[in-house]
Amino acid sequence: MIAALVNRILPFSSVDGPGNRTVFFLQGCNFNCGYCHNPETIHVCNNCGACVSACPTGAIRLVEGKVTYQRSVCCACDACLRACPRDASPKVDVMQPEQALGILSGNLPFIRGITVSGGECTLQRDFVLALFRGAKHMGLGTLLDSNGNYDFEQDEELLPVCDGVMLDVKCADPDAHRTLTGQSNELVLKNLAFLASVGKLEEVRTVVVPGVLPNEDTVRQVCAGLAPYWAAGAPIGYKLIRFRPLGVREGFRSVPVPNDESMEHLRGIALQAGCANVSIL
Amino acid sequence: MNIEQEITQSTLRIVGDTSLTHEQAMMNLSKIPGQFVYGFLPPQGYGRLLNQGVLSDLGEGYAPICPRYILPDYDLFLKKGCSFLRIDPPKDLFEAIEALKMFYRHIPSITNFPVYLGRLDRMLEPFIRDEAEARRLIRHFMIFLDRTISDSYAHANIGPEATLAGEIILDCDYELQNATPSITLLYDPAITPDAFAARCARNDLACAKPSFANDAVYKNAYAGEYGIASCYNVLPVGGGAFTLARLNLKAAAEQAQSTEDLLERVLPEAVALNCAFMDEKIKFLIEKSLFFRSNFLAQEGFLHLDRFTGMFGVVGLAECVNHLETLEGRAGVLYGHSGAADSLAHRVMTRLTELVHAYQSPYCAVSGGHYSLHAQVGLDIDIGVSSGARIPIGDEIELYAHLRHAGQFHPYFHSGVGDIFPFEVTAKRNPESMVDLIKGAFSVGMRYFSAYASDADVIRITGYLVKKSDIEKLARGEAVQQDNVIWGLGEVQNSHILDRKVRSL
Repeated sequence: MIAALVNRILPFSSVDGPGNRTVFFLQGCNFNCGYCHNPETIHVCNNCGACVSACPTGAIRLVEGKVTYQRSVCCACDACLRACPRDASPKVDVMQPEQALGILSGNLPFIRGITVSGGECTLQRDFVLALFRGAKHMGLGTLLDSNGNYDFEQDEELLPVCDGVMLDVKCADPDAHRTLTGQSNELVLKNLAFLASVGKLEEVRTVVVPGVLPNEDTVRQVCAGLAPYWAAGAPIGYKLIRFRPLGVREGFRSVPVPNDESMEHLRGIALQAGCANVSIL
Repeated sequence: MNIEQEITQSTLRIVGDTSLTHEQAMMNLSKIPGQFVYGFLPPQGYGRLLNQGVLSDLGEGYAPICPRYILPDYDLFLKKGCSFLRIDPPKDLFEAIEALKMFYRHIPSITNFPVYLGRLDRMLEPFIRDEAEARRLIRHFMIFLDRTISDSYAHANIGPEATLAGEIILDCDYELQNATPSITLLYDPAITPDAFAARCARNDLACAKPSFANDAVYKNAYAGEYGIASCYNVLPVGGGAFTLARLNLKAAAEQAQSTEDLLERVLPEAVALNCAFMDEKIKFLIEKSLFFRSNFLAQEGFLHLDRFTGMFGVVGLAECVNHLETLEGRAGVLYGHSGAADSLAHRVMTRLTELVHAYQSPYCAVSGGHYSLHAQVGLDIDIGVSSGARIPIGDEIELYAHLRHAGQFHPYFHSGVGDIFPFEVTAKRNPESMVDLIKGAFSVGMRYFSAYASDADVIRITGYLVKKSDIEKLARGEAVQQDNVIWGLGEVQNSHILDRKVRSL
């Protein structure tokens, strides 16, 4: 059984890797970041049914004790997400790799690749592996978007069919990381070094949250780790993402957006470390 | 009202119109006699279809003084100079640009401005010695073109090879944000480097040009070289189009009792009359009008009579099909949304192609002895009629399906067709993604792709470019330098151009 819970499919995207790509967002994450801007993707539905009565169109129903979702009837009002007590979107499709590949082949020849994101897609690793194998068979590029809490080094099958990982490094300081995500960053930092060393690090992303995270320390540590690879010409990008209070949960709604000056300062650090491709979003 | 009163009224209206520049007033005045003087007579029955709106003469008048679209052989000009204009062959970039500036001034067309400026990158590249100097000269050349050719039907071509001249043209155009000239990349993914195509995509999003033409297909359009002129017209270089006369398929369907009646009665009559009308007009142009008998362009070999053809324009395929579905009791079965409606559209286009190709004319040897089908972009006064074979604005479908649909219908129109897609500004961060779309679209048959980002000032109206800021000025009654802003304003008001579906990418 390698079906996955798919939260959303974007048939075309210009912001999830090089060129035009189809993006699969999988449901469920093993981090629980306070600033997550789509917290409804974190948990998996436990069929409590709280969303059923909130749904104005009948797209969500309880069938034999299970919450079911009919995309064609949905009006995208998100009332279900507001009603959910545990940040688990009911708007997911259970999908076999074959179905996902069928959708993907319908997007040929307009795309150069596929990106799998989340949630944390490595939680549904078998599905991702099957999807990537099929995508490679179609001649497509394969990128994976990860929070880094997965031991890529121990997986001998996944990286050979994955062109690269877009890795979130949220915080280099272990304690601050645990406070933000609820988990250790030991694996994340290991992956930063490991993926760079095997040429599978597509880019690193850090969300800059003023006053909450030691942003400069994180950027400096990422840069220190990647400087030798940049010096050797590895085209690893670094995306510095402004925190924005859109879609976030209660505790982060009053956190300010970082100003241009502080973002430029961080960009300067990455440029100085030799990164040729730093972008601010 | 008698003719004298009509002429008086038209003249005084133009002379007193403060929203016209001097040049625009002059050109509008020059069009008046052609509406009253019959240098040739249309065929019997033509007037009836004209009044029904089934056929249109597109305001060319009945005493034309030159062909509608002219694509001179600029390579010959740069090699040999021009004896009539006393211009020697240029020896360096400065002289080449000066020579072209003089030459363009004497290239007429339906708009009185040149509609084809040549393959500008290839024309200038051999003269470039010093990059800094080239950047300065080409930048001022492009400003000159925008300020003196007050009409964005003027079209420059670049590619398919990447050149320094091409890069400089793109950089200047990106910076200047002018509506003129329109630019098309003759794009062949097998020849054009990806980086150059991405640079073109970046520009396209920022200022609605260059558009992308399917060079691998179009290079076989005619014996010899082709060029993209005016909106997106594919015509032989060293020639062009004598005329363009159009059939409104929506109006034609409204004259029919059924699909069969359209295919077997209405279309055959309309095609025969439209073609006979073009025959008469071209005969006048060649035998009575001055152009081919005395103009230096024809006499010095920059143009050849046998490289001209006539264009059979078509609009309103979508509305035609939707109307037929209603007639057949299937109201709501829509073009672009239903396989059945699209099959019917193919039936209409196949029949139309058969009829147009069966009409042999002595004036179009270069296009196989028959007139050449063209997806006309529409007129500012059209209401509820979509350009060529486009899916109506407001009725658009998902992007990939839309591109595949265009790929199915573009191949009918040998002398030009195209679709336009506005994109969200996020696409600007990754122009390569648009290149991926275009590669895919061309591989499924699409011939011509245009785009612009939703925040662009220069936008593509139906085929030509206009600055939105100029439309706003004209709407306030202020004069603007570019003459086709007036058509742009009409299209915005009548055809909801600003309501095109914006695609997120």
